[in-house]
Formats: sequence, C-alpha cells, structure tokens
Amino acid sequence: MKIAEHVKEIPRSGIRDFFEVVQTMGDVISLGIGEPDFATPWHIREAAIYALEKGRTGYTSNLGLPRLRRSISDYVKGRFGVSYEPLSEVLVSVGVSESIDLALRALLDPGDEVLYHEPCYVSYAPSIVLARGVAKAIPTSAENEFRLTAGALASAITPASKVLMLNFPNNPTGATMPAEDLAAIAEICVKHDLVVLTDEIYSELTYEGGTHTSIAALPGMKERTVFLHGVSKAYAMTGWRIGFACAPKDIIEAMMKIHQYSILCASIMGQDATIEALERGAAAMESMRREYELRRNYIVSSFNQLGLPCFKPKGAFYVFPDVTSTGLSSREFSLRLLHEKKVAVVPGTAFGVSGEGHVRCSYATALDQIKIAVERIGEFASEVRAGTV
Amino acid sequence: MIGGHMQALVEILERNALTPREDLARMLNLSVEEVEQAIARLEAEGIVLGYHAIINHEKWDTDLVRAMIEVKITPERDGGFDRVASRIAKFEEVQTCYLMSGGYDLLITVEGRNLREVASFVAEKLSTIEAVQSTATRFRLKTYKENGTFHHFEQSAERLSVSP
Repeated sequence: MKIAEHVKEIPRSGIRDFFEVVQTMGDVISLGIGEPDFATPWHIREAAIYALEKGRTGYTSNLGLPRLRRSISDYVKGRFGVSYEPLSEVLVSVGVSESIDLALRALLDPGDEVLYHEPCYVSYAPSIVLARGVAKAIPTSAENEFRLTAGALASAITPASKVLMLNFPNNPTGATMPAEDLAAIAEICVKHDLVVLTDEIYSELTYEGGTHTSIAALPGMKERTVFLHGVSKAYAMTGWRIGFACAPKDIIEAMMKIHQYSILCASIMGQDATIEALERGAAAMESMRREYELRRNYIVSSFNQLGLPCFKPKGAFYVFPDVTSTGLSSREFSLRLLHEKKVAVVPGTAFGVSGEGHVRCSYATALDQIKIAVERIGEFASEVRAGTV
Repeated sequence: MIGGHMQALVEILERNALTPREDLARMLNLSVEEVEQAIARLEAEGIVLGYHAIINHEKWDTDLVRAMIEVKITPERDGGFDRVASRIAKFEEVQTCYLMSGGYDLLITVEGRNLREVASFVAEKLSTIEAVQSTATRFRLKTYKENGTFHHFEQSAERLSVSP
C-alpha cells in the first residue's frame, strides 16, 4: 500500500528506537523514563473509582465536562494569573500531545513556518510537518542553560513565520525561563505578530523556590497564546491521558472542530479524576515535587563530580549532562552504557541535533535506582576515558 | 543550617532513618559534617527521639498479641491526666499511650506473649489503678499499614523502561 509522502518522510521517534533496544535486555536500570515513578495519588484514584461506581461511563461534551472546564479555569487563574472563560476558552484533550496537534492543524496553512527551540520534546517537529507546516528549529545550548534567547529568536524569524512553540520547564533539559527573559520573547512575538503555542506541562515542577511564569500572563500575550497544560507530570497521571488547551474563543472553536471529528471527547474517567486532582491535589503534588527536588540535588552533584558537567536545572524532572569528555557521541555513549553497564539513558539527539553531546537522565526514578545508575555511569565514563574498554 | 533544610531532613529521616549521611548531604546540598551536626541537634533537642524498625509480625514472632485499650480515667486535682497517663505508660507492656478527645481518655497499645498475658495486664495492673474508671480492650487481628508503611498489597508498577 502506498503511504503518503509527508508521512513517509517523518522519522520514527528516536526514543522509540532506543526503547526497542532496551526491551531486548533484561535487568536494566532506567533513567530513560519520562513519567513519574509515583502512582497517581490515592485520593484521585479513589475519586475515579467512585465515579465509575456511580456509572459515569458515557461520552462528555466535545470540549470536556463543563465542571472540569470550570475547575481548569479556576486552576489556571489561581496558579498562573490568566483568566479564561470556562465554557468557550477551554478544551479538554487526550494529553497535551493531542492539543499540540489540534492547535497546529487549526492554525497552519501549508507552508506556514513554525519556530521551536531545540532540544525539545520528540513530537514537535513531526506534528508541525503533519499539519503541513514548515518546522524551523532554533538551537539552544548549555551556555545559556538551554533558555531561548531573544537574539536567537529574532534572527530566526522570516516573513513566513507564524507560530512559536515554547516548552518551559523543558523536556529534555530541565531549563526554565525567568520572567524577564520571557518578557523579551513576548515583545518579539507581539512585534512580529507570532502566535505562541506554549506547552507548560511541567510548570508545577520548579525548584529552589522558583515559581513559574506563563507567557500567557504577560501583557498583550493572552490574545495570541494557546496555553497547553495537563495533569500527567505534576499529578502523576500520565496514563489517564488528560491535557487541556486554553486560548481565545475562535482558536478553541477551530481546535474543537478537529477534535470532535477525530477524537470526540477525552475519556470521562480521566476527566473525573482530573477534577479531583485540580481541586484537591495540591498537597500530594507538592510532596512529589519536594521528593524530585531532593533527587535532583543528588543527581546533579553526582554528575558534576563524575566530570560530566551538568547545569542545575530548575524545572521538570530531567538532567542533561554533557558527555563529550568521554569522546563519544550521545548515541554511542547511550548504547555502550546500555550494553556495558545496563543503564538506560536517552541520547540527546533524540530531541534534535542540538542535543548532541548530551544525554537525558530522568530523576523520576527511586533514589536507590538513581544511586546505582550514577555509580555505573561513573565507572563507564572513567573506563572509556582510560581506554580500557 | 536553615529551616527548610531541617524540615526536609526530618521528613527523610521519618521515612527512612537509615538513609546514609552521604546521600542526605547530596540531597540537601550540604556537607556530611553539616548533616551530622543537624542530626545531633535534632537528637539533643528531643525532636528526634529514636529510630525503630517496622516489623511484619505475620512473619516474625507470630504469636505476639497486640491490643488497643480504651481507658477512662478520673483526672487528678493537681496532675490532670498527665500523672495517671505517665503511670500507665511506664508499664513495659504499654507500647503507645495517647490522650484522646471523645468518649474515653487514654488510648494505649499493649503487647503480650499471648491473650492471657494481655488480659492479666488489664485485670491486675491497669484496672487496679484507682484513677482508672473503666477499660475496653480490642485485640488487633491484622496489620495493613503501620507508620506509613504497608504490610500487604505491594504495588506493582509496570512502567515502560524508556518513554518520551
């Protein structure tokens, strides 16, 4: 059967490739996992069980349960200081991934250019291409702690640029954007009339007392921003598949058209659980966040001690150490580490070419596992440097 | 050492008192000496009172009998509940002793080699204290969770080993 050209051209996710290698080996300690090691807090699971017992098993409104949209609106206002009208400016989707796809398809005409900073989440470039847009990466680097600088953005803009995608706190680097840096980005977006698609899925997970600023909260931005968030990461709810988009009414309406024909609605079980998470989950979420912070401190200091320099990320649950001192590429490092020490990390290049020289290590893993992994990575690095292997 | 660190330290110790000092230091961004000083301070100030293992008595010392006893007492003119409570708490059979609100005053946990031993503690030692008006003894049948640790239902996690 003939596959469409633009689909054929899209590579499979580098993570997927790597995952298949890992699958063939037993007994691997994995720092390759991009999801919390906690199960969903019990009170949230319990609320979902209660809803199931009451027989809440049907379709919901295309946009999502009105009650959930109200609690999303309250949550976003309380946490990020941006007000969205619950019934017309909020859409509940199957994870943030679906919302990204919806927003891009709703916004792009063929040939429109989408700018995104790289290294970044694996789906961005393919989603742009699938929406018939032109993907244009803006490399970021360890020097700037993987922040997007105003200068880099300004020089990447062309007359075809229509959308800027942002993801801070960032997967895979853990980078965050201080409010003043974000303001400089916002100014450029207004000047060049860019729509901002901001994936803020990790926004609760910030460290060192830092708080997250959403670009949607900056002056002049709400009307040009599609704010994307969900409960997967902070509330340990990846499997429920609930994300949401908040944006001006006309964009939500356009996204809803695609969503209603392709997905219909997100599952009601996930939506009911999400109401509980957003309304009463703060304490459980905060205790997971504190646990991540302790592990982050541990893993960052360990990598720096091993001579694998690693800036101290202020968000998400990833560190992105520099492995160039071993003389290996990201992919060689990851593959050999896997085969020789049975530790899985993800090559930085899975997140774009600018991830070369780095590997992504997730600390959403129990501390005793992190300890063993770090120890083996240390052995591996010194064996490689000494040329003994 | 600032308060935030102290709070995190106490939380970690409460979950796992055996966490190595080196790990604590890395997690809290402190030196090992600073961690040791902080723990010494917590102990000296009577904030950390002791360290215990949580034993699964269905696997170890299975005959051991534990009871929760609700005790109604007459408070004393001078010492209130405290003096009577401490008199009761000093018996070595008593594991825990709380002052409670509601229908009774003290809730105590008592451990014995067998049922008769607990019964005789209640009849001979506890009930004979003048301030004790009445007792209600409830034997523990099974432990599901103790000090935040589950004795049963282990969680099975099926995570992918690499995911986006």
